[in-house]
Amino acid sequence: MSLTFTPETEKILQDIWSRYPEGRKRSAVIPMLMYAQDQLGVVTSELVAEVAKRCEVSPLQVEEVVGYYSMLNKKRMGKHHVQVCTNIACLLMGGEALWHHATKRLGIGHKEVTADGLISLEEVECAGACSWAPCVVDGYEYHHHVTIEKLDQLIDSIQKVH
Amino acid sequence: MFNEPHPDEVRIISKRFGLPNSASIDTYLAHEGYVALMKAIEMSPEQIIDELKLSNLRGRGGAGFPTGLKWSFIPRDNPKPKYVVVNADESEPGTCKDRLLIQNDPHQLIEGCIIAARTIGCKKGYIYIRGEYRYLIDIMDKALAEAYAHGYLGKNIKGSGLDFDLYTHTGAGAYECGEESALLESLEGKRGVPRIRPPFPAVSGLYASPTVLNNVETFCTVPAVLRMGGQAYADIGTPKNGGTRMLCVSGHVNRPGVYEVPLGFPMQKMIYETCGGILNGKKLKGVIPGGSSSPVLKADECDFPMDYDNYARMKTMAGSGGMMVMDEDTDIVKVALRTMRFYAHESCGWCIPCREGTSWLRKILTRMDEGTGRRADIDLIHELAKNMLGRTFCPLGDAAAMPTIGFIEKFREEFEARLRETTMLATTPDQLISIN
Ligand SMILES: Cc1cc2nc3c(=O)[nH]c(=O)nc-3n(C[C@H](O)[C@H](O)[C@H](O)COP(=O)(O)O)c2cc1C
Ligand code: SF4
Ligand code: FES
Repeated sequence: MSLTFTPETEKILQDIWSRYPEGRKRSAVIPMLMYAQDQLGVVTSELVAEVAKRCEVSPLQVEEVVGYYSMLNKKRMGKHHVQVCTNIACLLMGGEALWHHATKRLGIGHKEVTADGLISLEEVECAGACSWAPCVVDGYEYHHHVTIEKLDQLIDSIQKVH
Repeated sequence: MFNEPHPDEVRIISKRFGLPNSASIDTYLAHEGYVALMKAIEMSPEQIIDELKLSNLRGRGGAGFPTGLKWSFIPRDNPKPKYVVVNADESEPGTCKDRLLIQNDPHQLIEGCIIAARTIGCKKGYIYIRGEYRYLIDIMDKALAEAYAHGYLGKNIKGSGLDFDLYTHTGAGAYECGEESALLESLEGKRGVPRIRPPFPAVSGLYASPTVLNNVETFCTVPAVLRMGGQAYADIGTPKNGGTRMLCVSGHVNRPGVYEVPLGFPMQKMIYETCGGILNGKKLKGVIPGGSSSPVLKADECDFPMDYDNYARMKTMAGSGGMMVMDEDTDIVKVALRTMRFYAHESCGWCIPCREGTSWLRKILTRMDEGTGRRADIDLIHELAKNMLGRTFCPLGDAAAMPTIGFIEKFREEFEARLRETTMLATTPDQLISIN
């Protein structure tokens, strides 16, 4: 099966490729995987092969990278990937309670997906929102000063739209 | 989301934050934007470096290395291409300032990079931004496009003969990639495993070429230094500690936030005045002063002028500027465990003392926290952590060990109390009778 990207993704991938000097296209591997994953929802072996071809490296070299970085997923996450920070600043402000609440309400654990594929959860390390803790990130969208009520509202709103 | 400016602040790099459309090039140009660059174009590289040295600007990423000195290490006669790399990986727990600098004033960072390129004679630069900050990458990409459209990037910048291209580069989730040599590996498309040093990036960095690598805040400060003059910038801080710093205050205070204050600002004042004191009128237990890697301070130690040298005198670190304030009810064992879970998760696994050390410490701290710890565990944690110090390939190992040693040495009684509690719980009525 060959991979097709949307025109927007294709444009970004080509732009990324052009940023690095001749002979240094391996640098494009991680950004390409990240932006392609945004469209595909997951890193497939076709994607690995495609990125390897475009960046003139072996598929194994791409696989190595996929295994190392926590944001590259070989397992499909939910349509909404909800990340709860429980690192120190968030821990001090109730981040752990948020995490437990989310897992209980959705009945899933770390890096697991609800049966309908809508929501996945991840307990994450410091997201860079410490002064506005605790924080929850939905996809790439930050939510600050999160309370259990606000978390419930967020989950409600995700479930309502779909 | 952002705190209101506070009268205690000296806003130099955050002065444009509140302006309407502060991220746009028009706002930037209307408020001294790219003035320093035009100055830099008239200056020789040596003059720029001299101003930076005079300013006493020290790196804001963690290690506090003098920036002028770092830039002077670039071998200018080396025929290889040279690179500018921005460390916008911001993942040291407690740190959330680079985010504000990019979100509110991306052109300030761009200007700092162009000045760096002018200084070392470089044509390409990359801003390595942590993957979670996608919205910032979008803001930065937009600002870069504006800078190109206005002739501040690309060929023959403002008729100076200078060519410079600058790009964003997304990370993909790995704390270790904030460490400079791991970041360069990652930028080359590999796993974030650190490199042996020397050679340092100034000599052999990106693509084995001379590279200037600094934190976002460091680059953002460079235009201000050239605009004000190095001496005027230095005069704001304390001797050898020039200028201002963005301090990220989090935890149990009434007004957490990111505040730009002069180096040497008193910690006591920061907590009780700028940040409005401890939440709910509670007492202070301690502060983790410079990100999760910095050893904790007890309440009675939290009264000193916050500059690099005084943090060192207090046997801790200025680090990344992430100050986490803990009230009297804070469970230190839990904080120590959470800290170690972080390092165990982020250890890249390359060297044994770090990989094994962090995972053992996590295990032992977990049983302490869960109430199945043993008396000998307290000394075991202490010994294990001390044995990691200086024995690891990159500073992450030390970063994991130092705070752990700090928690045990400063709050040993809390670990002991946890044991007593659990011993009580483990005591059955029968045992109680036999004790009687
Ligand atoms: C494990 C580890 C993580 C680091 N993370 C960051 C980071 O996220 N951002 C940063 O600027 N520096 C980070 N540093 C420090 C960098 O290695 C480097 O010293 C710094 O970016 C240099 O810039 P400066 O001289 O402007 O401070 C980290 C260091 C270590 C050991
Ligand atoms: S100290 Fe830890 S993070 Fe650094 S190289 Fe060794 S295993 Fe990797
Ligand atoms: S600790 Fe949660 S955002 Fe920093």
